[in-house]
Amino acid sequence: MTFVQAPAPHIRKRRSVKAIMFEVCAALVPAALVYVYFMGPGLILNALVAVSVALACEYAMLRLRKQPVAPFLGDGSAILAALLLAFALPPLTPWWVTATAAAFAMIVAKHIYGGLGFNTFNPAMAGYAVVLVSFPTELSLWTAPYGSGVDASHLSVLQSIQVVLTGALPDAVSWDQLTQATPLDTVQIGLTQGVMLSELFYDPALSHYGSQPWIAINLAILAGGIWLLARKLISWHIPAGVLAGVAISALAGRILDSDTYSPLMFHMLSGSVLLGAFFIATDPVSAATSRKGKIIYAVGIGVLVYSIRAWGSYPDGVAFAVLFMNMLVPLIDHFTIPRAYGHAR
Amino acid sequence: MAHRTTSGAVLMDAICLHDFPGGLKLDPRKSAQTSRPISVLPTPARVWIPMLQHRGKPALVCAEVGQHVEIGTLLGRADGAFSANVHASLAGVITDISPRIIAHRSGLTSQCVEITASPEQPVCSEFLLEHDYHLEDPNILRRRVADAGIVGLGGASFPTALKLTAEADQSLHTLVINGAECAPYISCDESLMREHPADILRGVQILLHILQVNRCQIALEEDKTAAIDAIKSALEEVADPRLKLCLVHAKYPEGGERQLIQVLSGEEIPSDGLPVDIGYLCHNVGTAHAIFNMVCEGRALTSRIVTVCGDGVANPGNVLAPVGTPIHDLVDYCGGFADGDHRLIVGGPMMGFTVLNDQVPIDKGTNCILVMPESQARELSATMPCIRCGACEEVCPASLLPQQLYYHARSDQHDRLPSLNLFDCIECGCCDYVCPSNLPLTQYFRYAKDQLWLNIQQQQKAGVARERFEQREQRLQRQQQERDEARAARKKAARDAAQKKADIQAAVARAQARKQTEGKDP
Repeated sequence: MTFVQAPAPHIRKRRSVKAIMFEVCAALVPAALVYVYFMGPGLILNALVAVSVALACEYAMLRLRKQPVAPFLGDGSAILAALLLAFALPPLTPWWVTATAAAFAMIVAKHIYGGLGFNTFNPAMAGYAVVLVSFPTELSLWTAPYGSGVDASHLSVLQSIQVVLTGALPDAVSWDQLTQATPLDTVQIGLTQGVMLSELFYDPALSHYGSQPWIAINLAILAGGIWLLARKLISWHIPAGVLAGVAISALAGRILDSDTYSPLMFHMLSGSVLLGAFFIATDPVSAATSRKGKIIYAVGIGVLVYSIRAWGSYPDGVAFAVLFMNMLVPLIDHFTIPRAYGHAR
Repeated sequence: MAHRTTSGAVLMDAICLHDFPGGLKLDPRKSAQTSRPISVLPTPARVWIPMLQHRGKPALVCAEVGQHVEIGTLLGRADGAFSANVHASLAGVITDISPRIIAHRSGLTSQCVEITASPEQPVCSEFLLEHDYHLEDPNILRRRVADAGIVGLGGASFPTALKLTAEADQSLHTLVINGAECAPYISCDESLMREHPADILRGVQILLHILQVNRCQIALEEDKTAAIDAIKSALEEVADPRLKLCLVHAKYPEGGERQLIQVLSGEEIPSDGLPVDIGYLCHNVGTAHAIFNMVCEGRALTSRIVTVCGDGVANPGNVLAPVGTPIHDLVDYCGGFADGDHRLIVGGPMMGFTVLNDQVPIDKGTNCILVMPESQARELSATMPCIRCGACEEVCPASLLPQQLYYHARSDQHDRLPSLNLFDCIECGCCDYVCPSNLPLTQYFRYAKDQLWLNIQQQQKAGVARERFEQREQRLQRQQQERDEARAARKKAARDAAQKKADIQAAVARAQARKQTEGKDP
């Protein structure tokens, strides 16, 4: 009788990379539903374009790099990056913009750096940053949410597809009628024009918490994030660190000057702080590894997001904050090796 | 919460004041084995007793083929301090002495003494203490522990006498009896505690006498209720105020010496130190029982309880078997192998190693034979790249960064590993268990450790060689110099001699010339 030879341990927890990736994708579903409810089908169109381009690029790169295709194409990491990209882009982004972002994310940010597990930069954020600087106009066109209290036109599903495919609006509809400044835009533009915050928040559509559709979307993202924590798919260090970084900066700003620095909850619930904290900064590959390192990395992101919003030229700053901290990860890792058992404190 | 019983012994319930970082909650999978009492294996037809059953050098065979032996006859003598005596576990005739594959992680072979059993099984009880052990000098008892071939029965097989030596008791204040059997399946210690609690406590008291220590913590996991009850009632009966029962959380690898002491004391053993550096000493319950067997029954260590388990055997159970019994006999006794492909694992599912075949004999350290159907086992292929998720770091009981270690070990950057504290890895396998990429992390770490040890050895060798070379160079240089000097001296001497000769000749010539002129002149 012969027996199988294998190294210990002989048992393992049944949770694969694939399972993790798809569970994280699943955690985005509630947010996606709320998003589609308020913003129309644009997100789904973005996602379709991003996922197909990402998978195509992943396939091509795996072939070029002579890597096994089946396990890597099916690992869900490309799909997750594409979905996060779809969330980051405005709903009616023309397909070539989305495709550029997805292709850059997969080809440059992921595979040129060595593929799954070796990318220095968060692929979704790298792709987003490239199109943000390459297509500034397209990336600023956020459609007005349903129920935002503004008189705006909305496109049908068919019309939306048409816009995404051609980049041209149907006759008799203009971008001005469709789009609306996001809460972050409103505040930034207002402040540069010398308007005080108290005046800006006088608008019933814009409370101290932001505008209602965006609050709803962000709460759905938070729900998904809490589910990730409960399922132990992410550790609390990164989301807590990002939120703490934003919170400390926002509170400091409020104490300094409450007329130019927005309230804490406005920062939390407008824009992509929660998406960044729970879904983007938690990308394990490009984050710091030790517990202490994760907290430093995450607080850095939080402070940078706030700084970009408060003093930068972009209304939101999650992508650049994450990419900047990605660069610092090797340094953080080097200085945060934990004290091992039995070593001097 | 501590409460004083009527008899005076202090029992402590759940004194889990401390914790160790990381660890895993694992499915215990012990009920199939512990539902039955310990059974005694019928005398096997023959045993193969390895000379290497312990850390250190193999024992030296001191028996010969054809010799008749009793249970307890000395077969192998310890070779040096870290070695241990080996005794016959069966009565019968020695029929062969030859190298065989033994139950070793590296598949080593060792000289094995084959004993073919005789119908009668007389026991040699040379270690029986006629008088009360209290009256015996601890040093003599230590010597006897070594003579009886007792090694740690928790799995590491470290010679017990070495952990009872005089140096130990300098700062020693607490003896820890390790009954925390945290690995799944393994239940030999649990069954021993359930069935022989009084014997264990007697063994513990003897250990306290040898060590001259007055404090003992018996650590048990809180989910082993039957064992706890047995030990508790035995403690009440003994009424020894030195002995305390400490319940600890059931978490793997709680049974690791370093983790257990951390849980009990809140202190860490220094990285390059021993438990005694912080005043603790740890012995396994099985070892305490072996001490009892030696002092009160006169027996050398020749048998042990083995957990035979896994879905690959029909009737799992805890079996008392002679050392040297082929695994085949044990599995056969437990109903034989089920159909299909199995892993035959010596030890538990987390740290146990697979052996090639079932003809391998068990030794003093074999606590478990796990027959795991391949379908249940972790698949060997299907690994993905590390995604740095950090799950490994969260479960590491030594607070290491396994993914960083892996990164450097995989790319053969071994010199970077000591600064990431590779040598503090206890190889518990927790990181492998949780790794979503199914990476064989522990395997990498074991390999890297071996490589680093080899490097260190090679460096030492190279150092010695360099020294030798330099000495040779110096010697040659010195010899050359001496030769040169001698040659120069000879040359000088020759030159001087020639000069002298020339001077003499010149003087003679001058004298002759003078003579001639003088002769002519007058």
